[in-house]
Amino acid sequence: MTETAGPAGTIILAQAEHATPAETHAGTEAHGGGHGGGGAFPPFDSSTFAGQILWLAIFFGLLYLLMSKVAIPRVANIVEGRAERIAGDLAEARRLRAESKAAGEAYEKALADARSKAQAIASETRERVSKEADDNRKRTEAELNARLEAAEALIGATKAQALSNVRVIAVDAASAIVERLAGASAPAAEIERAVDASLAR
Amino acid sequence: MAGALDPIHQFQIVPLIGEGAFAFTNSAAYMALTVVLITGFLMIGTSARTLVPGRLQSLAEMSYEFVAGTVRQTSGDSGMKFFPLVFSLFMFVLFANLIGLIPYTFTVTSHIIVTFALSMVVMLTVVIYGFAKHGTHFLHLFVPSGVPGYILPLVAAIEVISFLSRPISLSVRLFANMLAGHITLKVFAGFVTMLSASLGGVGLALGVLPLILAIGITALEFLVAFLQAYVFTLLACMYLNDALHPGH
Repeated sequence: MTETAGPAGTIILAQAEHATPAETHAGTEAHGGGHGGGGAFPPFDSSTFAGQILWLAIFFGLLYLLMSKVAIPRVANIVEGRAERIAGDLAEARRLRAESKAAGEAYEKALADARSKAQAIASETRERVSKEADDNRKRTEAELNARLEAAEALIGATKAQALSNVRVIAVDAASAIVERLAGASAPAAEIERAVDASLAR
Repeated sequence: MAGALDPIHQFQIVPLIGEGAFAFTNSAAYMALTVVLITGFLMIGTSARTLVPGRLQSLAEMSYEFVAGTVRQTSGDSGMKFFPLVFSLFMFVLFANLIGLIPYTFTVTSHIIVTFALSMVVMLTVVIYGFAKHGTHFLHLFVPSGVPGYILPLVAAIEVISFLSRPISLSVRLFANMLAGHITLKVFAGFVTMLSASLGGVGLALGVLPLILAIGITALEFLVAFLQAYVFTLLACMYLNDALHPGH
């Protein structure tokens, strides 16, 4: 095809230089069967316009149909599917973060609760122990006091008894001394009075 | 030989199947190839549907998000109703431009009628949607608010002319860039063979210079192929934005 088109094209180009536009057109028509628009500068050869517009309409129309019905929805599906997937993943990540934050807070709270509870138990125990110790101490003190009192009472009784013994001994001794010195026994009431007086001193 | 060195030869439209005006030409075949490659690229790219995309899938997603970002930036979320159209336009122009960069291929977008038809798709969408959605309010597009009455006719006339010239500027920009780039490439590549053919060894040595240039221009053309697809899409979005919000 190119072998024949080449030289012929040059010849017709040479003709066209001297031809009026109408003649060029006629020349083109004559050679139209061999190669579309051999005469004029091809892009300006109006004899090819109708055919080019027809085929462009057919193929561009086909392209438009293919793009709008098949290709664009496919690509859009992928692109928007990815956008949705990313948005979904982000939302999921956000949700998980909130969840883990809540779990962390719950853990902190449980820890604080446990700590305060432990403190409560410790203080309660401390109180109980100190109260017990207090009670023990009080009871022991009361016991000791009671014993002390009993001992004091005993001491008092013993002392009183001892004192009364001393009086009896003193009366006996005084009456014996009087008897020895005076040779006569003095009346017991008088001696007792004298002993009491000196004991009271 | 003439065909091989003629920089215009690459834009020749040749019927492949059938005859006459509506024959299946090389242009039609490359349009079909463009559609097949775009669809194949997107379908294979999205076949794995993995969460972490592979190379092809991330390219498919990137093209989707790139166009979606452009639409949202220029006309907001309400512009997304035009997204299939804008996406088809971007992919069609980009793939047609890139396919054209492969040697011996035909560049669909190097024909002004193709780029003009594509821009008319945009403009007709703007006009039809604008009138259907806003009725006569759509005409406020040509009457900017806050302009004093005595210069309003002039401003309105300018607005109308600028609106009417949009499809022309939109189509000529893409067409001219593709055409000029491919002619430049072909001319510089032609220098290499011409030099070596006519001057022998010296020519072969000298031919290194246009070869380096051709390589540089090829890289530039890749940038232009992408950039023009982007510019076409961006302007289409801005024009479609007028259909959505005609009151400026």
